[in-house]
Amino acid sequence: MEATRTRGLHIPRGLPFVLPYLPFLIVFGIAPTIYALELAVTNVDGSWAGVDNFTRTYDDFRFIPAFKHILVYTVVWLGALMVFVVGLALLLHGRANRVSATYRFLFYIPGALAGAAAVVIWLFMLDPTVSPGAFLLRDLLGASIFAQSIAPGNLPYIFAMIAFWTGAGGWIVVMYGALNTIPPDLEEAARIDGAGPFTIAFRLKLPLIRKWIAYMLILSFALGTQLFVEPEIVQHASFGLVSDTWSTNQLAYQLAFRYADFNGAAAIAVDLLMIGLLGAVVIVTRSGLFRAED
Amino acid sequence: MGIRLLGLGARMAILLVFAIFFIAPVLWLILAPTKSDNALVTSSPFSFGSFHNVAQAWNHLDAYSDHLYRRWIANTLIYSLSATAITLAISIPAGYGLALGKFWGRKLILTLTLVVMIMPAASLVLPIFLELNALHLIGSVFSVILPFSFFPFGIYLAYIYYATSIPSELLDAARVDGCGEWLTFRRVALPLAKPVVALVFFFSFVANWNNFFLPYVVLADSNQYPITVGLSNLLASTPSFNPAVGGGGQSVNIFKPELALATLLAVIPVAIVFLLSQRALVRGTLGGAVKQ
Repeated sequence: MEATRTRGLHIPRGLPFVLPYLPFLIVFGIAPTIYALELAVTNVDGSWAGVDNFTRTYDDFRFIPAFKHILVYTVVWLGALMVFVVGLALLLHGRANRVSATYRFLFYIPGALAGAAAVVIWLFMLDPTVSPGAFLLRDLLGASIFAQSIAPGNLPYIFAMIAFWTGAGGWIVVMYGALNTIPPDLEEAARIDGAGPFTIAFRLKLPLIRKWIAYMLILSFALGTQLFVEPEIVQHASFGLVSDTWSTNQLAYQLAFRYADFNGAAAIAVDLLMIGLLGAVVIVTRSGLFRAED
Repeated sequence: MGIRLLGLGARMAILLVFAIFFIAPVLWLILAPTKSDNALVTSSPFSFGSFHNVAQAWNHLDAYSDHLYRRWIANTLIYSLSATAITLAISIPAGYGLALGKFWGRKLILTLTLVVMIMPAASLVLPIFLELNALHLIGSVFSVILPFSFFPFGIYLAYIYYATSIPSELLDAARVDGCGEWLTFRRVALPLAKPVVALVFFFSFVANWNNFFLPYVVLADSNQYPITVGLSNLLASTPSFNPAVGGGGQSVNIFKPELALATLLAVIPVAIVFLLSQRALVRGTLGGAVKQ
């Protein structure tokens, strides 16, 4: 009965199931992107502005420092991810299964505290009066009070550490999963050929998960440039020590909220959107990690 | 042999140092509310105080701004659960339709979904704010729930699941048996979706619960805040880190133990979801979501 009815109406198979999703994709994915683009190239009165908003925000005295901040932060974070996530995944791969599973779980736990909670925890960890790592703060940062811990020069490193703390465990799980797809015979053959654990890890395993490392780095780069929560919360706690336009996204936010300069805010949002879009397009078209075809 | 032992020792040492780095802050947070503000400074960081202190910290926290903390937790539950419910209702059928359907625009929808999924969610927050602002929807709880409900990763997970785990012969058989498209979905495809429902629930709920940027930007009334924004609000009103607040701490009774308790309670729902799903996740379901 139903089959005949459907055939009679010529509804393409599958389409009705996708329809409820489309308004969401359009309203919260495509439309905001187009609207931000439109705002970025127009003036308050809606007239064409060309690249004026982009050059104007670029010339803003807060733009370059904010951009430098997120660049240093992102580079430090990516370096830590590349060295430690890959290193720890290689260390854990090939260990007794139960030991390895326990460590993977321990490393993964801080992921549950992502965002605002992680920042508050690390504010405590950075406060020499209560921190269990007070000796490290004193020896490494020379900090004996909280304000010294969050000195401006330390911030990119602190934010990179918080991001690493919450996110590294998830990536270790992903890398470990990728390492598990390497056929055991390959490792066995290398071992028979006389390769030691180091040679196997760096010459055999590492090249085989190269794609996943690239994926992690591109994704994290795009994410890193979006930094907002961490500096925003630290700014609340910093006694005015940390600027409220520390990161580029914060600057866009301030332009929109304090100065009602929506066109300028849109221009910066578009700058950052383009970085994210570019990263996403590279991953989707080049990596072959995701499928959009049968 | 000696070198091998040395290598093993180095390996264990590295793993231990990182385990301490990842776990010590969590342990500290769990123990902090058991101590008084003064004891936090004077006693050993990992010592246990008393349950009496926890109760006292809770009383102070709960009294803050007329039970505002409870309000924030309730808000977060409402936002996260309703958005996750909408996400599930949209993404399971959509993933099914995209995997087994044949219609014009299918490839375009899939590619757009993938691109938005990989783009950082934060990159769309200001554009969404600008759009909602133009539509005068700022300050409504729907300006949090509806954008949360748009979760392309959920669509992709459901799509991959149906494209790889369900043999199309099974669905063809249902059709031959006289089931229409809708009945085939409801009787055959939907009951098989359990694993992917769990996966989408996990990722969507955790992402919504932890989201700070969007609610921070689109909500103005502190009674509407989710807990993430609430925490930053709480932080700004205590002198624990910000001496500028001065006497404010005395009047609101929010000191370090209260702040630690507020943070700890804020992560409990996500921690529960994490523990329930850790076996599946750590086993590498994450990696399985992707073509290898």
